[in-house]
Amino acid sequence: MSTRSRYRTQEESITLSPLEEQIAAQRGGETTELLTLNIGPHHPATHGVLRLLVTLEGEIVRELKPIVGYVHTGIEKTAEQKAYWKVIPVIERMDYLSYYFNAMAFCGAVETLLECEVPKRAQYLRVIHLELNRIMSHLVWLGTSALDLGAISMFWYCFRERETILDLFEFSSGQRMHTRYFQVGGVMEDIPAGFEAKLREFIAIMPGRADQYADLLRRNEILLQRLRGVCPLDEETLLGLGVSGPLLRAAGNPWDLRKAAPYTSYEDFEFKIPVGTVGDNYDRFAVRLAEIYESVKIIEQALDGLPEGPHITEDRKIALPPRHELATSMEALIHHFKLVTEGFRVPPGEIYYPIESPRGELGCFIRSDGSSKPARVHMRDPSFVNLQATAPMVRGAYIADLIATLAMLDPILGGIDR
Amino acid sequence: MPDQVGLELIAGQLASQIPGAVRETTFFRGRGSVEIAPATVRGVLASLRADHGYRALMSVHGVDYYPQEPRLGVHYELLDMERVDRLTVKLRVPLAEPSVESVTPDWPTADHQEREVYDMFGVIFEGHPDLRRILMPEDYEGHPQRRDFPIGGEPVLFTHNDATSPGWTR
Repeated sequence: MSTRSRYRTQEESITLSPLEEQIAAQRGGETTELLTLNIGPHHPATHGVLRLLVTLEGEIVRELKPIVGYVHTGIEKTAEQKAYWKVIPVIERMDYLSYYFNAMAFCGAVETLLECEVPKRAQYLRVIHLELNRIMSHLVWLGTSALDLGAISMFWYCFRERETILDLFEFSSGQRMHTRYFQVGGVMEDIPAGFEAKLREFIAIMPGRADQYADLLRRNEILLQRLRGVCPLDEETLLGLGVSGPLLRAAGNPWDLRKAAPYTSYEDFEFKIPVGTVGDNYDRFAVRLAEIYESVKIIEQALDGLPEGPHITEDRKIALPPRHELATSMEALIHHFKLVTEGFRVPPGEIYYPIESPRGELGCFIRSDGSSKPARVHMRDPSFVNLQATAPMVRGAYIADLIATLAMLDPILGGIDR
Repeated sequence: MPDQVGLELIAGQLASQIPGAVRETTFFRGRGSVEIAPATVRGVLASLRADHGYRALMSVHGVDYYPQEPRLGVHYELLDMERVDRLTVKLRVPLAEPSVESVTPDWPTADHQEREVYDMFGVIFEGHPDLRRILMPEDYEGHPQRRDFPIGGEPVLFTHNDATSPGWTR
């Protein structure tokens, strides 16, 4: 037994040689030109703590193996120890750029189990916040991806608009990130006075700003060289790998759950689904950029058609009574006490509730055993599944294109590791 | 979603094609699910893909039905993009012999997800090309998502107890 470090013994199964052996077998045992390189887990281009084992021949990637788990925090296990409404804050921290989506998938699943009707106003408020979150997520993606390709000023521009969105989140819920705004049965509070004016100001500016980004990037020779025709993957392979969201749409499949199986009133709004043609990096870039405009359109329609009414279900067995009732009504006080101490009970059953997150199908699986705590919560996170497409995409490409492809893949490690 | 009649028709066809495959059908909150015998999983999924149009496998996840037996469950979420139709295929394996055939050769998407189920529940997927832990550290003992795995079982490492703890970080 050789003197291996304890660290290396712990990762015995991550062997480097099979990668090289496979390739060597194809060319008569020759491995002289092969080099296996470790990228990450701490590397600015991996968008988090992602580790990649890359086997290179010169500058060409021959094999790639992603290694994840560095930010695994056991959120699914934690969720089993908490009453349903207390799960929302921890579940939001999974995919830390699309917290409204995590909360939506969870609340949607619990509402389906409870057969709870969500008021129309709450559904519209959810749509407004979901689409704002989608724009915010795409802006972070655009800024950091452009940074990977060497365009630093995009980062400042994108974060300027993101800042406005975070201010809006703070306006409606008091928090900039991980807002806990969505509750089972509706949303926490109605939007405050002045929110609508601020939001209208933002949606008036945003399309123009997106035009500016497009002007900066779309005809930029460096960007085109790095993206156009680079690392394409066809629709059939993507479907086999379970890839969904903008990556699948870039390959020409117009699958979008907001259109295909509308939830929370998406059927009321008119919007288009941008699709690509060849599924290369440029299409992935163009699809996400075009989605920003569509999200703005949805927000505008939701704001114009925002119905009057309650912002959360009137069912006192699920949602907390309004604060003012506690001073006058004994019954409200009892409901409040029961909900805060024990939470509500959910009928036994199993449900899988998928929604369209900025990265693809985000599904929440819940198993209830009839108590006030879930027996199992699982998030089918799109980043986790989409990551499997990295290796087929980059085989045979330059290592520099691997960085560009990873940026266009948009993995969020908080969602992958949970 | 298939309605209740559609679900029964699918289950009936499956049962005639693969004898003994279907154990139970459930129709709950507008969604259909079929519980199958663990040994038939590849055949059932292949038949659902070929004959019923469920061409995408969107999710594979594990469940622990503690204290019932057979305890560990694996769920496959199938999707038909043309008819916008979903179907859940469930199976259960006993704790004493938690093994089921891997579907990764037919559905490449199951690769990471089966590894996660193995990591968290200890279900062994036979025929998986690279069945290793994916989220937990290599030399971790136990399967943390099982219901009888204690929360807080992992001691928090500080500088003062680092030398004495049996933790994996050393």
